Amino acid sequence: MSLAHNPMASEPSSHRIKTSSLFRGDLVRQAIVDSLVKLSPRTLVKNPVMFVVEIVAALTTILLVRDLAAGAHVGFTVQIVFWLWFTVIFANFAEALAEGRGKAQADALRRTRSEAVAKLLQKNGSYEIVPAAELKVGDVVLVEVNDLIPSDGEVIDGVASVDESAITGESAPVIRESGGDRSAVTGGTRVLSDQIKVRITAAQGSTFLDRMIHLVEGAERQKTPNEIALNILLVGLTIIFLFATVTIPSFVSYAGGAVSVTVLVALFVTLIPTTIGALLSAIGIAGMDRLVKFNVLAMSGRAVEAAGDVDTLLLDKTGTITLGNRVASEFVTMPGVSDHELADAAQLSSLSDETPEGRSIVVLAKEKYGLRGRELANLHAKFIPFSAQTRMSGIDIDDHQIRKGAADSILKFVTSNVPNAIVPREFQQIVDKIARAGGTPLAVSKDGAILGVIHLKDIVKGGIRERFAALRRMGIRTIMITGDNPLTAAAIAAESGVDDFLAQATPEDKLRLIREEQAKGKLVAMCGDGTNDAPALAQADVGVAMQTGTQAAREAGNMIDLDSDPTKLIEIVAIGKQLLMTRGTLTTFSIANDVAKYFAIIPAMFAVFYPQLGVLNIMHLATPQSAILSAIIFNALIIIALIPLALRGVQYTPRSAASFLIRNLVIYGAGGVIVPFVGIKLIDVIITTIGLV
Amino acid sequence: MTANGLIQIALFSAIVLLVTRPLGGYMTRVFNGDYVFLTPILRPIEMLFYKLAGVDEKDDQHWLRYGGAMLMFSVAGFALLYAILRLQGYLPFNPQGFGAVEPMLAFNTAISFVTNTNWQNYGGETTLSYFTQMAGLTVHNFVSAATGIALAMAFIRGFSRASAKGLGNFWVDLTRCSLYVLLPVSIVVGLFFIWQGMPQTLGAYVNATTIEGAHQTIAVGPVASQEVIKMFGTNGGGFFNANSTHPFENPNAITNLVQMVLIFAIGAALTNVFGRMVKNEWQGWALFGTMSVLFLVGALIAYHFEAAGNPNITALGVDQAASALQAGGNMEGKDVRFGIANSALFATVTTDASCGAVNAWHDSFTPLAGLVPLVNMELGEIIFGGVGSGLYGMLLFAIVAVFIAGLMVGRTPEYVGKKIEGYDVKMTALAIIILPFSILGFTALASSLPFGVSSIANAGPHGFSEILYGFSSTTANNGSAFGGLTGNTPFYNITLGLAMAIGRFGMIVPMLAVAGSLGRKKLVASSVGTFPTDSGLFVAILTAVILIVGGLTFFPALSLGPIVEHFSMIHGTLY
Repeated sequence: MSLAHNPMASEPSSHRIKTSSLFRGDLVRQAIVDSLVKLSPRTLVKNPVMFVVEIVAALTTILLVRDLAAGAHVGFTVQIVFWLWFTVIFANFAEALAEGRGKAQADALRRTRSEAVAKLLQKNGSYEIVPAAELKVGDVVLVEVNDLIPSDGEVIDGVASVDESAITGESAPVIRESGGDRSAVTGGTRVLSDQIKVRITAAQGSTFLDRMIHLVEGAERQKTPNEIALNILLVGLTIIFLFATVTIPSFVSYAGGAVSVTVLVALFVTLIPTTIGALLSAIGIAGMDRLVKFNVLAMSGRAVEAAGDVDTLLLDKTGTITLGNRVASEFVTMPGVSDHELADAAQLSSLSDETPEGRSIVVLAKEKYGLRGRELANLHAKFIPFSAQTRMSGIDIDDHQIRKGAADSILKFVTSNVPNAIVPREFQQIVDKIARAGGTPLAVSKDGAILGVIHLKDIVKGGIRERFAALRRMGIRTIMITGDNPLTAAAIAAESGVDDFLAQATPEDKLRLIREEQAKGKLVAMCGDGTNDAPALAQADVGVAMQTGTQAAREAGNMIDLDSDPTKLIEIVAIGKQLLMTRGTLTTFSIANDVAKYFAIIPAMFAVFYPQLGVLNIMHLATPQSAILSAIIFNALIIIALIPLALRGVQYTPRSAASFLIRNLVIYGAGGVIVPFVGIKLIDVIITTIGLV
Repeated sequence: MTANGLIQIALFSAIVLLVTRPLGGYMTRVFNGDYVFLTPILRPIEMLFYKLAGVDEKDDQHWLRYGGAMLMFSVAGFALLYAILRLQGYLPFNPQGFGAVEPMLAFNTAISFVTNTNWQNYGGETTLSYFTQMAGLTVHNFVSAATGIALAMAFIRGFSRASAKGLGNFWVDLTRCSLYVLLPVSIVVGLFFIWQGMPQTLGAYVNATTIEGAHQTIAVGPVASQEVIKMFGTNGGGFFNANSTHPFENPNAITNLVQMVLIFAIGAALTNVFGRMVKNEWQGWALFGTMSVLFLVGALIAYHFEAAGNPNITALGVDQAASALQAGGNMEGKDVRFGIANSALFATVTTDASCGAVNAWHDSFTPLAGLVPLVNMELGEIIFGGVGSGLYGMLLFAIVAVFIAGLMVGRTPEYVGKKIEGYDVKMTALAIIILPFSILGFTALASSLPFGVSSIANAGPHGFSEILYGFSSTTANNGSAFGGLTGNTPFYNITLGLAMAIGRFGMIVPMLAVAGSLGRKKLVASSVGTFPTDSGLFVAILTAVILIVGGLTFFPALSLGPIVEHFSMIHGTLY
């Protein structure tokens, strides 16, 4: 898929489902069968343009049978009828091929569901084995090692590691535990260790797995709003061309000529927008499919369209803009303290600190000052863990008290322990300087003296600046959301190139920001995972919930990211835009095609009684019959030729609307005018050479 | 083509360009109810009207009410005009003593003037009294124009307002347009026309004795007053049967130029009003640009083929080249006062806009020069267009263009901050379908019925062009006649009348529905990611969509009319 080659996807998720060849043998065979099944008028009526072609094809077939019975010469009519039916079949084939890819995936998921049983807990604590399909909302089940979790639910007791690869494709197990943000479990996933009690939260038929099957299968796919509108326009154009065609016989009879129904039908079918009519639903299905391949589930097609329209992206700082953890980057000493002294104290205080920040301090001390890690056990030391009250951690070693923590906490600790402690003037200056630079200052003290400050730095992800610049070129504004103070936030915003930031953000702030943006007429996308993100997720036009998030968050969002990678928001926008763009280019191409078709058929139709109009045959097509046949063959074959484009989507690289427009207009607008001239001429040469007419 | 001719076309274009912005600014202020220099004089009169009619100026009408008021007003206007035509014999100011206009013709004429078409199946000086011309026709020249402009304002408000239920007040728009825009210009330019030699009298026709001693009746009347609004309101109904070829309706080259500028003035200014109201004048200039491209191409094609003349006559050894002593080219059906360039230009202008006044006989044009007015009308007269109707017709095409091409930038379609959705597309398609439905449908009917064919004067493709022109002109509410078609028959009085009504109201109702729907929507913020509709690129897209969606539909019909006639002419066959 083309997305894989663009700079937007510079960090493709590691386990994206492998891209399969577009025309895999088994899929094609199934699609051929399906395209015949789809000839049923009841199915086809959902695609008005192709339905019209089918009606016309059926009528022409009846006329053909009548002519055959009358013993007329029907070689030409037979071929026209043949290609009319193929126009419909090709359209069905495009749709069937698009659907086929999802169906295979859905079958695999469905197998997971059918084999599931549940251990339904009774009041007395024992359990009864029941089929998962019989579970009701509110039931509590026991899930033990190697059991499939029977349905969506919430862990109410216990902790377990769960293999969610059936849903996410991610093989590393995740922890699920009662309470907090990691309590949601999904039906169809497997418990690998321990046991949990789960309260069922989704009725059968509406579980996550059910929805996922439904989505990837594309069955009873709801047309998206823009697709519906486009269909209306296509119907409108069809009606216009109907008037243009049905009035011809009386114009012709005035001129003293005659025109056969077959020829009129050929003109009508080539003029109506069959190309886009045939490919429209395939484009939609393929767009959803691209998201699924990207491990994102859109709960509605509307959300995919909205993704293309997004003006503002709200991005969480941590994990999206910066790497998840801060890293110690520098030790800044107080006057009279040696570098080594500070590094030594910092290292000692962090030896037992298993947080990533703590480890990074040990690493820095080793890399910069050559201090090797020491075993805590050999030091006769007492580790003081971090607590929310003291906001510091440290170590008591021999008679020394070493502490590290937030600047104000250390300051308080020092002054309260040593009444006449001298706090260097430089201390506050250094702390402020680090904060202004976007870092987090961590003060280190030893026995009532402040030794210095550790500079903990947020590491901005590589390449993120370029991606924001790309988004800006597309007119998308990025806003960084962070709990940091405004000073720190401003520094990171500057470093990462984000357009704006919201510092010390609470969930309420987020919600308010979204509403403000929307009031300005902008569409907002965000991602979130916590329960307190739910209102904002619901308010956003595109709300991407993380699969690891809470049930509430997952229900509030209109997309779910199975990889739980917040960076994907950027790719989701790209996929939405690519879907709309593919639709637009093929519509433009389809309509631009009409110019050549007029020039093929009109002279062929009228030159019989007005030979002067032969001048309009600018393609110099051999005979009137070959001209008409070439036009209708081109019209059918172009559908097949464009299926790969419809399924893969047009090439997409981030740029401004004006530059997209010029590129697409040249390729699909001007190309749409020129290609059929060449194509029809070519077909004319071939069919004349092999003697079809 | 001569340098002189091209300079005249350029001069005309330059004047239209210069008029656009000032008039656009003035009209914007008028319709917003802001202060203009005429306010001290006209405001009391305006208030008086509202008081007499019981209109609440602040009453913001939903599109259904706006449309309802417009329809009521049109139906009442039709009834009144029909009554005047039928009762003409009993009414004053009738020095020639004309009797009642017969019912079918009265029906056709009443619809014609109510719909701003001014198709004339009658000869003015031989059928209508001064009272009918003034109280009947001239009144409608004002109010049908004001109605069109009011509708355009309602449509513009659909774009410029956000989350609004109403589109303004029809009665207020109608009154302000008549009082502040149409009347002042009519008075000033009317006096100018009188100065230039147009009659303005209620006296009887003048009897003159020629130098040879023959007696001649010279028709006169209140001509100048009707002439301004005929042009300014893109009505086009001449006081005399000969329309603007008559020396009293169009005395000289200056009045000819002024008349053409009057035709385009409001249509051009409304693009600027649109730009101002949506707070980006470039949006208006993009529409202006599209109109200009289509106008100039049409004018140059018409001029080229008229200047080239008929090759068969050249073949006979006749010198058709332009020189100091002769206009050259195809002078059949043209007035020597105007010559080739100004006749071709006038024909293009009058059909670009929904005017329909003529200063030369379109029937006598070379086939492809005659194709230009046909195509202009079949596109729906959106090239500056009828006052109001040109703008909303163009905006409907803009919606289609945005919908087709807008997706190509990767966003759902939006135009000047409004998302274009299913309902809007449905109503826009309905409005646009009206043109091929009525033009092609009625032409097919007429060309296959004996009493349709019996009205035409020429055989072959030319006769077909006459029918096609008739229904194109009436459906598009133009009113110009190709000539050659005898329209005053029961069949044509009824079908042409229906075509006028369908073409006008069949388009207005869905158009207002779009306006109502757009007005209710939020304004979407624009960015560099937005489909740019204020650029040259959009002009190209819009032009292509108009020609492919609007124009190509008529290609089969045009092939059997002017196009085949042209190639026949080259091969020596004339019709």
